[in-house]
Amino acid sequence: MTTTAAPLDVIALRADFPILSRTVRDGKRLVYLDSGATSQRPTQVLDAEKAFLQTANAAVHRGAHQLAEEATDAYEGARQRIADFVGADFGELVFTKNATEGFNLVAYAMGNAATSGPEAARFVVGPGDEIVVTEMEHHANLVPWQQLAARTGATLKWFKLTPDGRLDLSDVDSVITPRTKVVAFTHQSNVTGVINPVDVLVAAAQRVGALTVLDACQSVPHGPVDFRALGVDFASFSGHKMLGPSGIGVLYGRRELLEALPPFITGGSMIELVKMEGSTFAPPPQRFEAGSPMTSQAVGLGAAVDYLSVVGMERIHAHEHALTVAALEGLSGIKGVRLIGPADAVDRGGAVPFEIEGVHPHDAGQVLDSLGIAVRVGHHCAWPLHRCLNAQSSVRATFYLYNTLDEVDALVDGVREAQKFFGVA
Amino acid sequence: MQLQQMYQEIILDHYKNPHGRGLRDPFDAESFQVNPTCGDEVTLRVHVVDDVVRDVSYDGQGCSISQASTSVLTDLVVGKPVPEAFKKLDAFVELMQGRGQIEPDEDVLEDGIAFAGVAKYPARVKCALLGWMAFKDAVARSQGAA
Repeated sequence: MTTTAAPLDVIALRADFPILSRTVRDGKRLVYLDSGATSQRPTQVLDAEKAFLQTANAAVHRGAHQLAEEATDAYEGARQRIADFVGADFGELVFTKNATEGFNLVAYAMGNAATSGPEAARFVVGPGDEIVVTEMEHHANLVPWQQLAARTGATLKWFKLTPDGRLDLSDVDSVITPRTKVVAFTHQSNVTGVINPVDVLVAAAQRVGALTVLDACQSVPHGPVDFRALGVDFASFSGHKMLGPSGIGVLYGRRELLEALPPFITGGSMIELVKMEGSTFAPPPQRFEAGSPMTSQAVGLGAAVDYLSVVGMERIHAHEHALTVAALEGLSGIKGVRLIGPADAVDRGGAVPFEIEGVHPHDAGQVLDSLGIAVRVGHHCAWPLHRCLNAQSSVRATFYLYNTLDEVDALVDGVREAQKFFGVA
Repeated sequence: MQLQQMYQEIILDHYKNPHGRGLRDPFDAESFQVNPTCGDEVTLRVHVVDDVVRDVSYDGQGCSISQASTSVLTDLVVGKPVPEAFKKLDAFVELMQGRGQIEPDEDVLEDGIAFAGVAKYPARVKCALLGWMAFKDAVARSQGAA
């Protein structure tokens, strides 16, 4: 992506993130390269949560008092701003506990379709139907579909990976066929940062009338995303990966689909009429928000999208791209380091996974930690991807708007240090 | 430096030159254990004759801590009666779960005392216990089958 906007003033921006100025492990400067797992929150987000709790806290969508009214306005106002941020309408966004719940919501609601009204017929899956995923998926967008297949008798199919970790789309129409009911895939790999061609997969799914479900956890926080322009049917992402609170995720669904989709979790708040013999359900998004919802988290996420919008998503993307290029260059220059996934930064976000010959990722992570550098080690909830790329596990550095080129250098130096410590330099 | 406290020379030695590694016959029971957070795995076999651990053999993939602790395990339990082996197991588990607050008994744990520093890192305790849990499970299986 090219941008003409001025580069980020990272030093100024880091002042908004108090945690980044702390030290770890006996006075080491914190180098936080694990935003792909969870991001840090700026003061603006923390303040918004606190202000809500100190001035307007109440249960939303119930209560006849002023606080209830203000809390509801804050909650629904956040929904509107988040919807604007991702190119959706107000009624197309459902708040969930996290992104994982969003995928489960769609998968379980589809499982419920067989026993729901005729409007839900388009969601029914059963024997002979196919559910398509990819080998690149985070377990969150894989296991729910395996389970849906197991419950309904549908068949699970998947796109394989090329040796450099991109989706093998050489024969799309043999994977997505007229039997396909759902195509669930990630926008951007949480391990390799690979950005998938959403247009190709959406077009193939639309040719056969299949629904598309996008894992947007790693794309929405890091660049401009417009769900309507992408043409996906559903998408799920999480608050804590985009400077927002944990305990909140967002499910996007095209309006006509959410209107026809049966509920997943049932109970209070999601009903229209309740009698002892049975109940009818509220229109979306309330139909999918059973029970007391999270409130300060929604407000915090609203503040997070405000913050990101002010900084500018194109600038954030360009900044992370520069860090990724530097990391790939630095790490590939070290003998004994194997990059996992693509060696280049084309169609790729800010994630760089690698292995060090003779140093297990967990040990490498320990050495980096002793230097104050926080990375993720393991398979990052993407075990099949690691198997495909012949890695038992990996070290993963992920970047965000507050990371600097100095920190990339610290990572590269830290890797050399790990080699030295384990005597493999 | 903290790192050296954790990665004692003994641990690195066992990691680079593991004792008892490789799966062998005869054996009475086998256990497969995996650490789902990092994907580390171990397959471990025990051969028990007249309630004495005659052999422990293993194979697997893992970090220095998990590999070294399994190597130390074989030194500690092979040739020992099962109750004594389990006493060592209990002592090792207690040490690892002690958050670095427990003074290990070298007479019981020998090279195993080198892992005292690892106990200060909660994320690594699972690594250190991987092979030991496989041993516990395999012995239980061998006794169940007997």
